[in-house]
This record gives sequence, structure tokens and C-alpha cells, in this order.
Amino acid sequence: MPSGRVWKFGDDLNTDLMLPGPLLRASEEVQARAVFSANRPGWVDLVRPGDIIVGGRNFGTGSSRPAARSLRNLGLGALLAESINGLFFRNAVSFGFLAITCPAVATAFEEGQTAEISLDDWTVRNRESGAVLQARPVPKSLLSLMTGGGVYPVLEARGLIAPAQPSGASRSGHP
Amino acid sequence: MAMTIIEKILARASGAATVAPGDLAVVDVDLTVMIDLSFSGSSWREVLKVHDPDKVAVVFDHEVPAANRESAATHARGREFVRRFGIKRFHDVGPDQGISHVVVAENAYCLPGTVMACSDSHTCSAGALNCVARGLGAPDLLYALTTGQTWFLVGETVRYDLTGRFGEAVSAKDLFLHIAQNYGDHANQNVEFGGPALPHLSIDARRTLTTMGAELSAEFATFEPDDVLIDYVKARNPAPFEPQYPDPDAAYLRRETIALDRLEPMVALPDKVIRNAVPVGDAAGEAIHQAFIGSCANGTLDDLAEAARIVAGRKVAPGVRLIVTPGSQRIFAAALRAGYVQTLIDAGAVVTPATCGACFGGHMGVLGPGETCITASTRNFRGRMGDPTARIYMASPATVAASAVAGRIAHPGRL
Repeated sequence: MPSGRVWKFGDDLNTDLMLPGPLLRASEEVQARAVFSANRPGWVDLVRPGDIIVGGRNFGTGSSRPAARSLRNLGLGALLAESINGLFFRNAVSFGFLAITCPAVATAFEEGQTAEISLDDWTVRNRESGAVLQARPVPKSLLSLMTGGGVYPVLEARGLIAPAQPSGASRSGHP
Repeated sequence: MAMTIIEKILARASGAATVAPGDLAVVDVDLTVMIDLSFSGSSWREVLKVHDPDKVAVVFDHEVPAANRESAATHARGREFVRRFGIKRFHDVGPDQGISHVVVAENAYCLPGTVMACSDSHTCSAGALNCVARGLGAPDLLYALTTGQTWFLVGETVRYDLTGRFGEAVSAKDLFLHIAQNYGDHANQNVEFGGPALPHLSIDARRTLTTMGAELSAEFATFEPDDVLIDYVKARNPAPFEPQYPDPDAAYLRRETIALDRLEPMVALPDKVIRNAVPVGDAAGEAIHQAFIGSCANGTLDDLAEAARIVAGRKVAPGVRLIVTPGSQRIFAAALRAGYVQTLIDAGAVVTPATCGACFGGHMGVLGPGETCITASTRNFRGRMGDPTARIYMASPATVAASAVAGRIAHPGRL
């Protein structure tokens, strides 16, 4: 049952804010350090492993770049948002980052409160206020990718792609 | 059960009689498109098997010709992949170069009624050709490439019925901005376009709309097929195809009618497009440093023609850079033959080779600190085209061309 301290972000948070274009070829470490550097400089220094982002509508709008991987690599435990861009959600599935749609979540939390997520009954609880919200279940096959390291291990196991080169795909900060 | 266009294509591709909103559809992919960035850095993993090389196209587009050593290495890796797996549909630097979504359309690689995947968010562009097409992430793309399959969550569909014709200096980009302003985002929803205006909408205009479907956060954007589309496809690809029409009683989340003749030029203010657009007059007078026309959304021949019409006999304002990047070298050549390139250059524009270029802040028109740009491309996110302190307004090619001449944001009908 993931739980963590909440950081609040608004509507229409885009992928370019999470992974700026000039860093598309940078290392995963450098990419993770740049998350929200244009709209919330210094935020990455405050994040602790297991923290949870609470977003508004249309979280992750934008490009196919691996922004969800950067959130994962920062050690964040989950994203909860009123709605999530489909491409960002796909990247969350395929890079192994828990991303859950939860209507009314943006108004149910203040920054710094604690969110408790149950993947059994898909409820989200505000530990401080006691409020309980109903999240949208993620289909089982996608949830197993999200919580099981994503798509690369599946393709490796099937002999379809080669294992990662040690230099190219390190995962510092990944819990 | 009655279905929308998207539902019908997903049902066919997944081998199901029907699909409905909420379903998880596992589908066969008819075309997987890889771009130069597919072979870059931390996203690339060595592929050991390709499901079907004849269902793959490789199109270098984001940085062509290579912009720096990293992109050159990326291109080299892509060429090696093409050679190793015998990919026949390959668009390297050269006369067939272009932005993947433009190249896919102008060769009709994606046929009506089929499913297409590509690791670029604007893949929805191919919906203009009555396809189910969307951008995937890098792992997703490798999954489609190596297994021939992918998954889609079936969303509800919003139908836009278009009527009338665009007025002077109003185009598909203004229609997109009208939708983004008045209807907001379409996250987890599909968008279907149809209506009596279709015969007056060129494939270029339809592609602008479906490409910008990504900016609505739509899962898929698609057009109802008509004779214009079927002739377009048959002229480019001899393969048989089965266009998909919506059932008359298909269930839509919403159904809206938009009269094209009542639209006006719009501009999106910096940082986002959703509910952030105004009539051009409300932003007029804002001084600019750069004006850009290009991208998969607005590098079409229609767009270059419109830009040339606006600047003909005029000059780009002193201190302003007008950069025009055709969507493909084929479009570049057609624009040369038609005289548009000469007109643009005579007015002071710089016309670059076809590439994604400045749209994603890659090369050939990157913005500096504190600069203001008006762009006819895909995105106005902060930092998108370069320095994060730059401000990016987004509008149609006509409005961008008019603004370049005026030196400040200007209405294209009131120069």
C-alpha cells in the first residue's frame, strides 16, 4: 500500500517541464535533476523517496519523451491526478511508475499531507483529513508492468532486445 | 453494437466483434514508424528480432541533417539498424527527407482503417487518413516493433461536425485553437471529425487538425473518409484498403457542430494552449523577435502558400527573424516550383531544409533568453523552443507571417 508525502501541482503540467528538450540525450541522472526546473526550481532537492505528486487535469500533456522515467528515477512513489494524458500514462506503464487517475484528488489534499493508496480497492485516503476518494482501477496487466519494472524486462526475457548496457541505463534513485 | 470510427478500427485490429469505452484492446500494428530519436541515447536498446520488417518505416526527422555529434551518432545507429533488418521504407538525409508524419501521409504508408504506432507524440496526425495512430513511448515502440502488437485503452469519443468554409486568412490552426479554448482538453478521449465541410478541407488542413489532437491530449484523432481522402491514398499507395465509417447510431460522449465561416484568427498565449487562446486582436501589438512556420502541423504546402501570399511584396520587419521549415523535402520542392520559396526569401525569410528543427528547440531557430516568438508549429510550452525565459505565442501560418512583417503580433487580414 503506497503512501507518501504530497507535492501539489496544477492543471496541464507538460512533459517539457519534466524533461526539457535540450536534455533528451543526457544521462538519466541529469534528466532527473531537471524535473520542473523551469516552473519550480530547486524542487528536486526537496523530494524524498516515496513522495507522491498530486496533479490536476491533463497531467503529462505533451511529448513521448520519457518524463515518467525521470519521476521514477527521482524516487517518487506515485502520481495521483484528476486526469492523465494517455501518452504519459503509457510511459508510466512501460517505465514502471505508478500513475493513477483519481477524480477530485486535487482539492482533497494540501501540500505536505500524506496520501495512502490501496491497490486492492483503489481508494486514496488523506491521512490527515481522513477523506477517502475512489480512484480509477488500472487494468491488471498494465498494473503488473507498472509495479514490475515496465516493458524492457519483458522484452529481455523473451530474447527480443539485448540487456541494457551498464553505462546507458543506470537507475540511481530508483527505489 | 454501434461503433465510432476508432472503435471499429480497434475492434478489427484486436479480432473482436466490438469494443467499447473502458476496454483494453490488444491490437496488431500495421505500421511501426521509427524516427532518429528512436535510436538515441538512453531510449535505445539493441533489437534482436523484428516482428515484420515490411511493417516498419524509418524516418529521420528531428535533427536532419545531423545537428551535432550526438545526432550524427544516432543517425549512424539507425542506418545500421535499417541495413541489419532490411527495412525497405527508409528516409535518410536526402530528397525523401521529411518529418515522419508528413512522409507517412505523402506516401500513404498508413492506409485507411489500419493501426499505426510511432515514438513521437504527433503520430495522431495519420488520423487524417482514417487511421488509428498514436504516439508511444520508447519501450512501447520496441514492444510493437518486436512483437507486432500493442495495447490501447478504449476511450469515449467526441464528434465534431464541421460546416461551411474558412474565411480569408482563417485556417485549420485557428479551428484547433477554437476547440482548445472552448472545449478544453480531451484527455483519455478520442476526437472524430466529419460533416458537410469535408469536401472543402484539404488533406493538409485535416492533417493540421489531427496532428494538433496531441495538444488536446486526445488518445486518437481521426477523420471520416470521403472521396478526397480515397483519391489521395490511391494516388500514393496501390495496396487495397477498407476505410471505416462511423455507425449512424454510434455513441458519442458529446457531439458539437462548428461553423468554419464563423471562426476568426486566434493566438495561444505563452506556456499552454488549453483554454489559453484569444482572438488575435487581443494579443496584437506584442513585439516579437522570431516568427516560425513549420513542424508536422504547419509545414504543409498549403501553409507555405498562405505564408507566401501574406508576405508577397512586403518585407520582414527589421530585427525580426522569419524562419520557414517545410514539412518534407517534397513539399520544399513543390514550394520552389510554385514560387512560394522565392516570395518568402524575397521578403526576408530564411527557408531551411525539412526537419522538426525549431519546433522542439533542436536546431535551426532555437530561442535565446527573454526572446518572444510567434510560432505556427505544435507547442508553446515554456522552454519548448529553447531558453525557458523565452515566450512562445502560437498561431496560424497566416498570423505568423503577418506578425513577421509587422514586427509585432498582427491580424493577417489587417496588414
